[in-house]
Amino acid sequence: MGAVLVAVLGVSLAGCSSTGGKRAEDARKAQQAQGRAAVNTPRWTFAMITHSGDGDTFWDIVQSGAKQAAVKDNIKFLYSHHDEAQQQAQLVDAAIDKKVDGIIVTLAKPDAMKAAVARATKAGIPVITVNSGSAESKKFGALTHIGQDETIAGEAVGEELNKRGRKKALCVLHEQGNVGHEQRCEGAEKTFDGDMQNLYVEGTNMPDVQSSIEAKLQSDKDIDAVVTLGAPFADTAVKAKDGAGSKAEIATFDLNEKVAGGLKSGTLGFAVDQQPYLQGYEAVDLLWLYKYNADVLGGGKPVLTGPQIITKDQAAELEEYAKRGTR
Amino acid sequence: MSATAPAPAPSPQRPEKAADERLLKTSPLKKFLGRPELGSVVGAVAVFLFFAIVADSFLRASSLATVLYAASTIGIMAVPVALLMIGGEFDLSAGVMVTTSALISSMFSYQMTANVWVGVGVSLLATLAIGVFNGVMLIRTDPPSFIITLGTFLMLTGANLGFTKLISETVSTKSISDMEGFSSAKEVFASTITIGDVDFKITIVWWLAMVAVATWILLRTRAGNWIFAVGGGEQAARAVGVPVGRTKIGLYMGVAFGAWVSGQHLLFNYDVVQSGEGVGNELIYIIAAVIGGCLITGGYGSAVGAAVGALIFGMTSKGIVYAEWNPDWFKFFLGAMLLLATLLNAWVRKRAEATK
Repeated sequence: MGAVLVAVLGVSLAGCSSTGGKRAEDARKAQQAQGRAAVNTPRWTFAMITHSGDGDTFWDIVQSGAKQAAVKDNIKFLYSHHDEAQQQAQLVDAAIDKKVDGIIVTLAKPDAMKAAVARATKAGIPVITVNSGSAESKKFGALTHIGQDETIAGEAVGEELNKRGRKKALCVLHEQGNVGHEQRCEGAEKTFDGDMQNLYVEGTNMPDVQSSIEAKLQSDKDIDAVVTLGAPFADTAVKAKDGAGSKAEIATFDLNEKVAGGLKSGTLGFAVDQQPYLQGYEAVDLLWLYKYNADVLGGGKPVLTGPQIITKDQAAELEEYAKRGTR
Repeated sequence: MSATAPAPAPSPQRPEKAADERLLKTSPLKKFLGRPELGSVVGAVAVFLFFAIVADSFLRASSLATVLYAASTIGIMAVPVALLMIGGEFDLSAGVMVTTSALISSMFSYQMTANVWVGVGVSLLATLAIGVFNGVMLIRTDPPSFIITLGTFLMLTGANLGFTKLISETVSTKSISDMEGFSSAKEVFASTITIGDVDFKITIVWWLAMVAVATWILLRTRAGNWIFAVGGGEQAARAVGVPVGRTKIGLYMGVAFGAWVSGQHLLFNYDVVQSGEGVGNELIYIIAAVIGGCLITGGYGSAVGAAVGALIFGMTSKGIVYAEWNPDWFKFFLGAMLLLATLLNAWVRKRAEATK
C-alpha cells in the first residue's frame, strides 16, 4: 500500500524518473530473500578467503550467496581477498590465528595455498574449497570442493558452438597467467570441430580489450564466433564486433545483468554459467552441516555448480535475478 | 598556543673558542631525535596500539608471527630500495624482478634437471645482471631512473609471461619439489622456526640481517658516505671524487639481491611460481621506505626506517583482517597512513633541525 502511494507520488513529481534508478532497486531488494536465523545452533564464525582482485562483480555474487546462507544458519561471515598467492596465503593464516570455526578458500594458485590449508586442518578447522582447485581439494584435506570444472565447462562451450554450426572461433583470455582460463579455452578447443584461436588481452583496460578484439576480427573475416571468459567482456566484444563489421556470434562465460539482457535481445548467442551464488551459499551451508551434523557432501568428488548453458529462452527470468545481484 | 607564551629558553653559553660544530658532542637522546626513522617508530607504535585495542585477536603470539612474516616479505625489498632512494634513484622493476628471479631458478633447475642449488646460483647471477643493466643504463644515458626502470619493469613483466609460456607451456612453472637440493634450499629460504608453540618464518631472519648489514654500510663504511653524497648532490659528490657510477650500480645490485632472496622464498615456500605476479609491489616497497623517513629526492633516510615502514605495512594489512573490517577499504587506509607518516616525518625532521 505504502509502496503504491510512494510510486504515485514519485511519478507525479516533475523531474523524477519513473523507471530504473534507486527506487526500482529498492523494490527489487524488497523481493529478495532476507530474514533471520532459521536455526538455534551457536553463532559460529566462518571466514572466506578468495583470489579475487579489487572490485570484481563475480565475487560480489558469491558473497551475496554466502551471506544469505550465513543469515539463515546463524553464522558470522568474514570475507577477505587478495589476487597475489602469497598475500592470500597470509590471509588464511590470519583466519587461523583468529581461531574461526570454518574456512572457505579458493585454490586458484593451489601450490601456494597448500601449506595454509594444511595448517587449518591441523588446527582442527574444517575447510571447504570453492570455485577453483577441484583437482587439489581432496589432496589438501578439504571436506568438499564446490565449483565448476573449467575443462568440462570449456568442452560444453565447444559442443554448443558445434550445435550452432560455427567454423572458426576466437577465445579471448583477459588475464594472462590464469590457469583456469587456459583450461576453459583448451576444453573448448578439444570438443570444437572447427578452428579455435586464443587472443590475450589486458583485462584491466577495457578500451584495450575492445581494440584488440576489433583488430583481430578485422584481420580475419572468417571468425564467426567469439568466446569471452568473463561477463564484463561480452559487452565489449559486441562493441568490437560492431566496430569491425563482423558477423561473429558472441558467447561468454559467466553472467551479469548486461549479459542476460544481451541474450534476451539476441546480441549474444549463449552464456555458460557456473552459478556463483550457489558456490557461496553451499559453502557456508555445508560447513554448517559439518559442524552441526558432521555431514559431508559429494562423496569425495567435487560438487559441480556448472556448466549451465543459458540461451535466449531462460534469459528473461535470469535478467531479473542478475539485476538484484544473485545470478 | 596560549596567549602567555613562555619565554624562550636562554641559549646555551657558547664556548670561548668557536669549536667546529661537527665536533660538538650531542646527547644520545638528541641523536635519536635527529634520526630519520623517528617519525616511523612513533607511527608504528601508534598503529600497534590502535590494532591492539580494536582487534582482540591481534595480540596473540601466532597473529604477531603472521604480521612479522607479512612485514618481512615487504621488508626484505624495502631495505635495499631505501638505500637506492637515499642514493637518489628509483627502481620500478623491483616488484616483477622478484617473480623473474623465482622463475629463473625454477625453470633452469627443471629444464636442465640440475640440482636445485644450481638454479638458485644461476638465478642470483641473472638477477644481479638485471640490476647491473639498470645501473649501467642509468649512468650511460640521459633519462632519469624513473623512466629507465619503467622500461625494465615492462620488459620483465612481458618476459616473465612469455618465457614461462614458451618453456613450461603453461603460465606457471612446473613443480620442482621432488628434485635434489629442494629440501636444503627450502631450509634456507622458506623454513619455519618454532619458538615455544609459535611458528616464525625464516624470512624474518633474512629481513633483520639485511637491516643490520644495510645500517652498517650506511653508517660505518666509506660506501655509505658515498650513497648519502650521490643522493644529496651528484655534481658535488663527483667534484670531491666520489665514484658516482660505481655507487649507483652497486645500489641497483643491492635491490637485485633483495629480489633474489624474495624470489627464492616465493619459489621454495610455494614450489610453483605464477608468472603474472609481482606487478605493483614496487610501489609498496617505495611506500615502506618513504614511511620510514626516506626522502623522494634522495640524500636522507635509513634502513631501519624502511624496516619499520614495512612493519607498519604488515600491521595494517593484517590488522584490518583481525579487526574484521571490510577489506574494500584497505587501500584507502594505506593511502591515509602514507600521508600521515610523511607529514609526521616532515614535522619531526623540522623539530630535530630546529633543536640542533
